[in-house]
Amino acid sequence: MAISVQEADFDCGAEIAALSAADDGAGAVASFVGLVRGENIRAMTLEHYPAMTEKALADIVAQAEQRWQLRRVRVIHRVGRLLPGERIVFVGVSSSHRHDAFAACEFIMDYLKTRAPFWKKEETAAGAHWVDARESDDAAALRWESGR
Amino acid sequence: MIKLLYFASLREALGAAGESLELPAGVASVGALRAHLAARGGAWEVFATSKSLRAAVNQAMAGAEARVAPGDEVAFFPPVTGG
Repeated sequence: MAISVQEADFDCGAEIAALSAADDGAGAVASFVGLVRGENIRAMTLEHYPAMTEKALADIVAQAEQRWQLRRVRVIHRVGRLLPGERIVFVGVSSSHRHDAFAACEFIMDYLKTRAPFWKKEETAAGAHWVDARESDDAAALRWESGR
Repeated sequence: MIKLLYFASLREALGAAGESLELPAGVASVGALRAHLAARGGAWEVFATSKSLRAAVNQAMAGAEARVAPGDEVAFFPPVTGG
């Protein structure tokens, strides 16, 4: 697994290519890219808990590796001030077959949303405010706990 | 001593990003630490009133019953909103 928490943007094409480079056993690569939505937002600042962030992400990826047969996993999460349309997060997974790649990619995002110590602050015309956690994100993470 | 850290909206509400604290006698869990901090009054009462406040001990998510001992790093923060 490779995990990065950084201010800089990333190259989706290069990251996706790297997931299966020189690996004849990789039959599937699934990826997710999260973006800053521009509706009513001028900018978004992401704060995190540096000492814990990479540890929390590594724990989430380790859980995914126990649940599915994965070959490579790449997680990149940006921090700092981002503008509408900018990329926030990249999750990429390679596996032999598509099911494991799709499922693990979604699992990692669902757990990241509810367990990794990042906080978003939005700047709007009316001022800045911290984004509230959504119950739907908790529900999305919880569905992996049952019915496996 | 323990190291306390506060993040995001909690950091702004308290006007502090963290502090070093001599662990008072009898305070040995996250729940007891919250009660101790709430007793400071004012903005600190959020430690007693907030149901959503989360905690981590030594960079791992921790519930109210989690043990706290000298040398630990204890962080408090609102529910996470990354991704």
